[in-house]
Amino acid sequence: MKKILIVDDEPNIVMSLEYTFKKNNFEVFIARDGQEALDIVKTNYPDMIILDVMMPMVDGYATIEQIRKDDNLKHTKVIFLSAKNKESDIEKGLALGADAYLTKPFSIKKVVDQVMELLS
Amino acid sequence: MNSIVLLIILSGYLAVLFFIAHWAEKKGNSKWTNNPYVYTLSLAVYCTAWTYYGSIGVAADSGLTYLPIYLGPIIIAPSWILILKKIIRISRVNKISSIADFISLRYGNSRIVGAIVTIICLTGILPYIALQLKAISETFHVVTKTPTRSYILDDTTTYVAIALALFSSYYGTRYLDASEKRKGIVTAVAMESVLKLVFFVIIGIYVTFFIFDGFDDIYQKASLLKHFQEKNTIGGLPQAINWFLLCVLSMFAIFLLPRQFQVSVIENNRENHINTAVWLFPLYLFIFNIFVYPIAWGGNILFDNQQVNSDTYSLLIPQFFDNKFLTVMVFLGGFSAAISMIVVSSIGLSTMVTNNVLIPYNLLGKLRGDDPISNKSIINSRKVGIFSLIILSYLIYRFFGLDYNLVSIGMVAFVIIAQLAPAFFGALYWRRGSRLGAIYSILIGFSICIYTLLVPYAIGLTNSESAFISNGFMGYELLKPFQLFGLNYLQPVPHALFWSLLFNSITYFAVSVSFKGNYRERNYAEMFVDINKYITNHEDAFIWKGTAYRNDIEKVLIRFLGEERTKRAMNIFNVKYNVDKNIELADARLVKFSENLLTGHIGTASARILISSVVKEEKITLPEVLKILEESKENIIINKKLTETSNELKEITAKLQNANESLMIKDKQKDEFLDTVTHELRTPITAIRAASEILHDDDEIPEELKKQFLQNIISESDRLNRLIDKILDLEKFETGKQTINPCQNNLVETVEKSIEPLQQLIKNKGITVHIESKDKINAYYDEDRIVQVVTNLLSNAIKFCPEKEGLISIQIIEKDNFIHTFVHDNGKGINPDDFEAIFEKFYQSTNQNIKKPVGSGLGLAICKQIIEHHKGKIWAQSSVKGACIAFTLPKNRNIEI
Repeated sequence: MKKILIVDDEPNIVMSLEYTFKKNNFEVFIARDGQEALDIVKTNYPDMIILDVMMPMVDGYATIEQIRKDDNLKHTKVIFLSAKNKESDIEKGLALGADAYLTKPFSIKKVVDQVMELLS
Repeated sequence: MNSIVLLIILSGYLAVLFFIAHWAEKKGNSKWTNNPYVYTLSLAVYCTAWTYYGSIGVAADSGLTYLPIYLGPIIIAPSWILILKKIIRISRVNKISSIADFISLRYGNSRIVGAIVTIICLTGILPYIALQLKAISETFHVVTKTPTRSYILDDTTTYVAIALALFSSYYGTRYLDASEKRKGIVTAVAMESVLKLVFFVIIGIYVTFFIFDGFDDIYQKASLLKHFQEKNTIGGLPQAINWFLLCVLSMFAIFLLPRQFQVSVIENNRENHINTAVWLFPLYLFIFNIFVYPIAWGGNILFDNQQVNSDTYSLLIPQFFDNKFLTVMVFLGGFSAAISMIVVSSIGLSTMVTNNVLIPYNLLGKLRGDDPISNKSIINSRKVGIFSLIILSYLIYRFFGLDYNLVSIGMVAFVIIAQLAPAFFGALYWRRGSRLGAIYSILIGFSICIYTLLVPYAIGLTNSESAFISNGFMGYELLKPFQLFGLNYLQPVPHALFWSLLFNSITYFAVSVSFKGNYRERNYAEMFVDINKYITNHEDAFIWKGTAYRNDIEKVLIRFLGEERTKRAMNIFNVKYNVDKNIELADARLVKFSENLLTGHIGTASARILISSVVKEEKITLPEVLKILEESKENIIINKKLTETSNELKEITAKLQNANESLMIKDKQKDEFLDTVTHELRTPITAIRAASEILHDDDEIPEELKKQFLQNIISESDRLNRLIDKILDLEKFETGKQTINPCQNNLVETVEKSIEPLQQLIKNKGITVHIESKDKINAYYDEDRIVQVVTNLLSNAIKFCPEKEGLISIQIIEKDNFIHTFVHDNGKGINPDDFEAIFEKFYQSTNQNIKKPVGSGLGLAICKQIIEHHKGKIWAQSSVKGACIAFTLPKNRNIEI
C-alpha cells in the first residue's frame, strides 16, 4: 500500500483529496502546514507528497527544500498543488525538485492520474 | 641752526626709516604691514614736497589754484572701486610690474610701446625727482640759514641724494620678480605719510591758533592785504575752465604717475584694501589741505613786502618766532614727503628702464643665444638704475637750477604723464584700441607737450622775453606755444593739457579705427576688458597656435627661475589645468603661463620674445582670433545655460524618479493584491470544484460523506461570497465611494450589540468577555459600520484566544474629544514588528509567522478604513498578555468628519 501525504491548510480541500486517495488504496497522511509535514515524513517516508505552496509557518517551497535534502526521501515524489499559477511560480516549484506542478482549482481525476503515473 | 646738528638729526631720521623698512621686510605678511591703512597711507606718496611746501606757495601767490590738484583725486577716488580694482586684477594675473608693462602687454607685448611709455615717464619724472632734491636742499639752507653751496662736495644735498640712492637701490631690488611686493619700502612710505601729515597739521595749528587767533583772525588780517580779492576768486568762466582742466589733470595723475601705479597697483596686497582707500585717502588729502590756506596767508601777513620764497613759509614762520623745534619738525616732514616720492619713483622707473628698454633691446646681454643675460645682471641693472636715476636727477637739479617754483615743474610732469591716459584707459575699456593707435597717440601728445610746455619752459629758463613765446613759431600767431590756435584764456599748463590730450585722443581713436591691430593685441584687449571673466583661468583666454615643447620652455624658465621654482610652477600648472605631466607638447595655456612667470623678471615684451624663441608659432588671422574669442564667449554662455538646464533636469529627474518609485511600489502592491485576491478566490472555488467532482463521478459515496461534501460546497460558496463583499467594501472605501452616516450613539450599547451574534461562538470556546466602561458613553459614528469593526476585532480575539480560559476585555474610555476603545485578549499576542503590517490587506496570508486562521485577511484593513473615515485612529499595542487593538472615535460632530 502506497503512502501519500497531503499538505494543505484548507480542510475542505484536504477532505476531498483524502477521500479520493483512500478510495484508491493509499495510506493517507495529512498535514496542515510545512512543519507538520516535515514531522510526518521523518517517521513515515511517504511515496508521494501533495504539497500546497501558500501555508502559514513553513511554506511549500521551504518544505520541499528540506525534503530534498533528506537522503531517505530521495524516492519520494512531490507534486505541488497550488493556486499560484504563474509561470514563474511553476518554474520555481520544479526547480526546487518537485516532480509535477498542478494548479488550483484542479480536477481530482487529473491529480490521481498524475500521482499514478509518477508512482508507476 | 647749525648744519652739523641738522645733519645728525637727518641721519638719525634716515636710520629710523631704514630700521622700519628692515623690520617690515622681515615681518612679511603680518597685520602690521599688510593692512588697508598701510596701503592707503602709501598712496599718500602723492603728497610730495610740492604739496608740503609748494601748495602754500601757490596759495600765497595765486590763491585757490592749488586746490584742483587735490580735488581731482578726491573726486575720482570712489571710482577706484571699479577702475583700480580692474587694473589690479589685470596686473595681478599678468604679473605686471610697471605701468609700461601694463600698457605694452595690452598692445600685444609690444616692445616699442613699453619703451615709449618708459621714455615718457623718465622725461616727466626725472625733473620731478630733481625738484624734490631741490626742495630738500633749499629747505636745508633755510633751516640752517646758510647760502646755497656752489661746490658739489660742499652741498649736503649731495650726500642726502647718495644716501637715498643707496637706500632705494637696496630695498627696491630685494626680489628678482619685480611684481613681488616690497613690504619694507611700502611700510616706510606709509610711516612717512603719517609723519608728514602730523607735522603739517601741527605747524598749521601753531600758525592758526598760536601765532594768530584762529581762522577768522587770519582772514580778517589777510583781507586787508593787496591783491587779496583778485587772488581769491575763481575768476569767471575762463578761470573755471582752467580749474576744470587741472582737476582732470590730477585725476589722470593719481592713476598714471609711476609712483602711484607702483604703490596702488604693484604693491597692492589685497583688492579689498581699496575699499578703505576710497574714503581714507580723500580724507587724508582733505586734512592736509585744511591748513594750507591759513599758513599761506599767515605768511603773507607776516612777510608782507619782504622778498621771501612763499614756498618756505611753513619753515620761515616758526623760524621767525625762533621756534627751533617746530622748524626742524617741519623740515623733517618735508624731507619725508620728498624722499618717499624719490624712492618710490626711482624704483618704478628703474624697473621700467630695465624691463622695458634694457632687456628687450638686448642692452644687458642677449635674451637668448650664447651669452645670455643672467639674473644677477638684471638685479644689478635695477640697482644701478635706481642709483643712477637719483643721481641723474640730482645732476639735473644742480645744473639746470630749476628756477621755477615747485608747483609748475610738478605740473609739467603731470601733463607729460597724462599723455598715457588715452592708451591706458582705452586699454581698460576699448577692445578696438590698437598698438599703432597707442604709439602715435602718445608720440603726438608728447610732441605737443614739448612744443607748448617744455620748449617754452626751457627757453624761459634763460630768456623770458623769447620771440618764440611772444610771437609764435616763425612768427605765426596761431602757433604761439601758450596760445595755440588762438586759444588765449588758458594758463600754460591747462592749455598744454587741452591741446595735447585733444590730439592724443583723436589720434588714438582714429588710428585704432583705421588700422586694426594684430591678433595678439586683440587677444589681450579681450582679456583686459573682460578681466573678471578670465580672472581664474586667464591662461584659457590666451589664443595661440603653433608647436612648442615643454622641455624647451622649461629650460628657459629654469634659467630665470631656477630648477626648483620652475618645477613647482609646472606642478601648479599641471594641477590647475589637469594636464598630464608627460605630455611633450605645450599648449597655449602653458605658453601664456610661462610668459607670465617671466614677466615679473624681465617685463612683458622680453618674456614674449624669450618664449617665442623656443616655440614655433603659427600666424593666426584677426578674424580667427575674434571667432575663437566669440566662440569661447558663447561657450561660456552656453555652458552656463547648460549647467542651469542640467540642474533643472536633475531636479525633474529626481522628482520623476520619486514619482516612478512610488508608482512602482503602488503597481507592485496592486500586483500583489491581485495575486492574493485571486489566490484567496481560488481557494474556495478549488474546494467546491473538488467536492462537486467527487459527487458527480462517484456513485458509491456514502450518504453521510455526500452530505458533508454538499455542506462544504455551501460553506465555501458563502465564503466566496463574503470575500467578494469584503473586497468590494474595501475598494469602495479606498476609492472614496463609500460614505458613512454618522450620528450620536451610545458606544457601550453598540459594543453590546456587536457581541450578541457572537455569543454562541464565545460560549463554545469557553471565553469570558467583559466590558469596562460607564453605562453610557456617547460618540459620533455610523453605528452599522462600527458594529462591523467591533465584530471583526472580537472575531479575531476569539480566534486567537486559547482553547481554555480565554479572556476578552473591552475598555471604553473618554479622552479629550475622543472615545478610546481597547479590545484585549489573552491569546499569543502580536509581534510588535507587525503592529502596523496587520492592517494591510491580506496580511495574514503573506506572513508566515501567524498560523492561518479562518478569515479573508481583509478584516483589519476594512476596520482601518472605517475608523479613518470617522477621523479616528486604529492601532495595535502591547498588552499585559495577548493582543490589544485600540481605536478612537470622535465624541461629537464638532470634529470635522
